[in-house]
Amino acid sequence: MIKIANVSKQYGSFEVLKECTTSVSKGEVVVVCGPSGSGKSTLIKCVNGLEPFQSGEIIVDGISVGDPKTRLSALRARVGMVFQHFELFPHMSIVENLTVAQIKVLKRSKEEAMDRGLRLLDRVGLRAHAGKFPGQLSGGQQQRVAIARALAMDPICMLFDEPTSALDPEMINEVLDVMTELAREGMTMMCVTHEMGFARRVAHRVVFMDQGRIVEDEPKDEFFAHPRSERAQQFLAKILQH
Amino acid sequence: MSYQWNWGVFLQPSAAGDDTYLGWMLAGLKMTVMLSLSAWLLALLLGALVGVLRTVPNKWLSGLASAYVELFRNIPLLVQLFIWYFVLPELLPEAWGNAFKQSNPVFQMFSASVLCLGLFTSARVAEQVRAGINSLPRGQKNAGLALGFTLAQTYRYVMLPMAFRLVVPPLTSEFLNVFKNSAVCSTIGLLELAAQGRQLVDYTAQPYESFIAVTLAYIALNLIVMALMKRLEERVRVPGYMGGK
Repeated sequence: MIKIANVSKQYGSFEVLKECTTSVSKGEVVVVCGPSGSGKSTLIKCVNGLEPFQSGEIIVDGISVGDPKTRLSALRARVGMVFQHFELFPHMSIVENLTVAQIKVLKRSKEEAMDRGLRLLDRVGLRAHAGKFPGQLSGGQQQRVAIARALAMDPICMLFDEPTSALDPEMINEVLDVMTELAREGMTMMCVTHEMGFARRVAHRVVFMDQGRIVEDEPKDEFFAHPRSERAQQFLAKILQH
Repeated sequence: MSYQWNWGVFLQPSAAGDDTYLGWMLAGLKMTVMLSLSAWLLALLLGALVGVLRTVPNKWLSGLASAYVELFRNIPLLVQLFIWYFVLPELLPEAWGNAFKQSNPVFQMFSASVLCLGLFTSARVAEQVRAGINSLPRGQKNAGLALGFTLAQTYRYVMLPMAFRLVVPPLTSEFLNVFKNSAVCSTIGLLELAAQGRQLVDYTAQPYESFIAVTLAYIALNLIVMALMKRLEERVRVPGYMGGK
């Protein structure tokens, strides 16, 4: 589904990504972790072309992201993305947030979009808030709406860029629960996250990054039981102490 | 001081005999309002366009928009007015220049004034719009793009609706500036409010009454503008965002 091959990216002389290679197959859940500044957010933004990269290749569902001839907007419409800071559109009601792209991009009728939007809102347990505005919801609620908004486009896969790092601790679980359920239904997911509990429960593979490189790319059990690199061992030791 | 106050002066028939001096003032007020509103409309349209262009990734377009802003922002308003009114007609193809110079003199002054004030103000509006767009969280643009919107759709549905809300307060002060700057147009002979005030002094030797009336008229105009913009601000306020409920 997602193939990342030898992707490198520089900002000026600073190398953010160095020869990154990994993949996510259909129905697979891959967690990307690593210390901050390791390039994991940049990597996931390269997958739907929000960040350009200088060399290497990323193929999503058979379409090359780096190819200048690719219509990125068409590709992005099929790849759901959830951001650290939710990024709901503050001037639109919740239900408008859920329907605007369905109507303008997928050309669905208003009724159809509304129907789909409300069903997803139900699913994330926020049907009662349909008429509110993003600023009137808590962070956890906003992030659940953001997930529903991405799902409303019927994506072929979902990208999560640190979906819980901006949340108060007591709101993290409500978001992780939605993500876990999604994973169990077989959604293809690539998640940048520090939530190792989530990784243990639902990930198939864990990718560990450090200083722009993919240092480990292992099945989950392997990664947690025997991290090979010293850097990953240190990282896990620090994170799992608590 | 032995000044003879005479507020009744406004009701006296004017020197030309066809009107009262109050009529002169009202004619000036009407000219100021027509000029300012026309210039403001032009400034909003052009300023929004140029402000957006300053933020697009295309280097040529944003460069062109920057040049526009710097050109109109860095030349004194009075100089710009003289260029539009005295110089530009000479630079036009001869037939056009002559047609312009033979048209109604009030039309000549009015159109030069609208263009001058409108373009000058548009550069300032453009800066406000650009600042509004740049102050949006960067992730908003990414969120729009990630949903499959094109860049144009992202501007249209995601960024501009918020950016324009954010710039209502600074735009209010630009709107007020248009009314105040319009007084400069009296220098080319346009009989707007300030010019009528001066003319009244020449004819009646009642400068205090005249300029107090002019002052109050400008203040009244700007209070109306402020009230309208305040209502606009409240109408477009987003619930749960920046003081909205």
